[in-house]
Amino acid sequence: MERAVNYGGDDLNLEATELRLGLPGSDGLEQKQSSPAGVRTNKRASPDVAEESRSKSNNNSVVSDAGNGGRDTAPPPKAQVVGWPPIRSFRRNSFQAKKTHEADGAGMYVKVSMDGAPYLRKVDLKLYKSYPELLKALEHMFKFTIGEYSEREGYDGSEYVPTYEDKEGDWMLVGDVPWDMFISSCKKLRIMKGSETSSLGCL
Amino acid sequence: MNYFPDEVLEHVFDFVTSHRDRNAVSLVCKLWYRVERFSRERVFIGNCYAISPERVIMRFPGLKSLTLKGKPHFADFNLVPHDWGGYVQPWIEAFAKSRIGLEELRLKRMLVSDESLELLSRSFANFKSLVLVSCEGFTTDGLAAIAANCRFLRELDLQENEIDDPSGHWLSCFPESCTSLISLNFACLKGEINLAALERLVARSPNLKSLKLNRAVPLEMLQKILMRAPQLVDLGTGSFVHDPDSETYNKLKATVLNCKSIRNLSGFLEVAPRCLPAIYPICLNLTTLNLSYAAGIHGSDLVKLIRRCVKLQCLWILDCIGDKGLEVVASTCKELQELRVFPSDPFGVGHAAVTENGLVAISSGCPKLHSLLYFCQQMTNAALETVAKNCPNFIRFRLAILDPTKPDPVTMQPLDEGFGAIVRSCKRLRRLSMAGLLTDQVFLYIGMYAEQLEMLSIAFAGDSDKGMLYVLNGCKKLRKLEIRDSPFGNAALLTDVGKYETMRSLWMSSCEVTLGGCKTLAKKMPRLNVEIINEHDQMDIGPEDGVRVDKMYLYRTLDGQRKDAPEFVWTL
Repeated sequence: MERAVNYGGDDLNLEATELRLGLPGSDGLEQKQSSPAGVRTNKRASPDVAEESRSKSNNNSVVSDAGNGGRDTAPPPKAQVVGWPPIRSFRRNSFQAKKTHEADGAGMYVKVSMDGAPYLRKVDLKLYKSYPELLKALEHMFKFTIGEYSEREGYDGSEYVPTYEDKEGDWMLVGDVPWDMFISSCKKLRIMKGSETSSLGCL
Repeated sequence: MNYFPDEVLEHVFDFVTSHRDRNAVSLVCKLWYRVERFSRERVFIGNCYAISPERVIMRFPGLKSLTLKGKPHFADFNLVPHDWGGYVQPWIEAFAKSRIGLEELRLKRMLVSDESLELLSRSFANFKSLVLVSCEGFTTDGLAAIAANCRFLRELDLQENEIDDPSGHWLSCFPESCTSLISLNFACLKGEINLAALERLVARSPNLKSLKLNRAVPLEMLQKILMRAPQLVDLGTGSFVHDPDSETYNKLKATVLNCKSIRNLSGFLEVAPRCLPAIYPICLNLTTLNLSYAAGIHGSDLVKLIRRCVKLQCLWILDCIGDKGLEVVASTCKELQELRVFPSDPFGVGHAAVTENGLVAISSGCPKLHSLLYFCQQMTNAALETVAKNCPNFIRFRLAILDPTKPDPVTMQPLDEGFGAIVRSCKRLRRLSMAGLLTDQVFLYIGMYAEQLEMLSIAFAGDSDKGMLYVLNGCKKLRKLEIRDSPFGNAALLTDVGKYETMRSLWMSSCEVTLGGCKTLAKKMPRLNVEIINEHDQMDIGPEDGVRVDKMYLYRTLDGQRKDAPEFVWTL
């Protein structure tokens, strides 16, 4: 299935990089080709613009993916026929909206460790809408209390301090950044004993 | 019957409730026509352009309930421009000027403005019920007017409308004196809701039987609402997300136990599956379950839920249930009459979908099934033949394959024989939508066997004009025919022009009919409106008759050419 393509070798293989408007395979390239949308017999080709741009984009993918055999490895993008499948616009739009949110129901479980506790727990961050909710749940889970958060003092005065590891591997104080930013960057939680928090440096 | 006074006739007609029966009654003789029209309270108009509001008012002065449909069905699938038409404003204006005591208005696929809603709310002192399905053009300001001004409002039911939500205050517009609500459905609203106002409203509505919340109503509020309204029969949850170890969740569990009347359940627009056990107690008595917007429930959570719903009659679900899940439905829901399986990932690579196996399982487990909407990956003739044998009672049979021209994957044959088996076996079939590779042969079968067929939807099917002609000749009860991307042309369109006056409408898009053909039809049939939708300026340069028409919609009408057509719609 593969055509040897050397981008920098003696064989420039200009054909593979040539942009054409035909479907891949129409000029003798040895690309296996599944017919676009099932077997079409005498029907006239669908006039939808989306179909045409799809075959064009497939051609581009021949160029860029020539190394992996072009269309054949990735499944061909579904023909986006206007109005198909026949679902109401309201339902269709609710899908697009859903795709921009995180996957529903998948949960966002992160490990929670507490200094001195024999084993870790896990919480689903998606269950909570704000820091107070999360902290209350942690207090409930581990049977302890956290003090008030303030920007200047952190959780000064508390026996325990909630911290988290962010995407970059740094240990951060819970509460500094907006909630949405927190849940998208929090990898794991650690409830530190107050005596250790001096190691957090400047607070 | 001539010896009975009118009041007796009227009393007899009281028992004749269906629109069709009343229409038939009115045709018997002049006396019956007269008595019927004065006693008629409910009028259904399937095409708002078929008749003028003034004529309706003149004929039915006692009218209390009006149902109107606007855009053609394919507008649901983005095939009709938004401003094509279907305005409710002229109807409300006409009714407001008259002495009609309108109490109920039900609209589908119509353009509704805030001004229309405002006018509606101010014009009818006894207005009780507003139902809007797939409408657009209004905002929550219009809803605020309804809430504020309709003192005896019983029902506000919003289904799948695109509503702009500039301010969430409409709920607060229900006055304290409004205690008559029976049904409130705002599940399709996207914005925030005044939760306190909602709770107060529920608290002062002792007759509330049906409540469907939107996404903005969290689980804590649901619990409070159910406390206030344990008599609910019909519940749509909003967001169903919480910590299952929390006190709130435990309160919800207890509250639900008290809601012994819930028979219809929907919503779960946002859901944490671990919270589902709270509703298990309701499942036993459910007759309707709509999880078609609950993308968060799948796999074993879904199956666990379904296994408890032994009395289910109507199920709307997403295809992530899979064939295996449908087997569970088949073995659990023996009373099932209606099933709709929607695509959960219509534009994706489609690994989470159902096939012919799921449908076969359902057909053998659920013999009472009569209404089906099924989006699937593939279908075989063998499966359809089995389904036809197992379920001869289909009234509505709608199949959609994600790849619209896919043949039987086992035999690589068209699906003609499969659908042929369906129409042969299901003698009461009234509505049919087909998909997959189909030739003229399937239309031959439809023309021969589908004697009760009233609505037919065709997409990417057929080989020649013969296909369409089989249908037009054979289906005597055909009312609505909609065709897209099929090779039917002028010969099919023009062979029996009189047929179209026996139908409500015909839609043809991306077919082979030409402008000349449409003009000929329009000339022969003055009581049809033949409309061409011309969006892409293809006919700008002096339209030639040989040009293929992209979209044609024709319908019978007593009102002549409509005056509100936008410039891209030509009535020939």
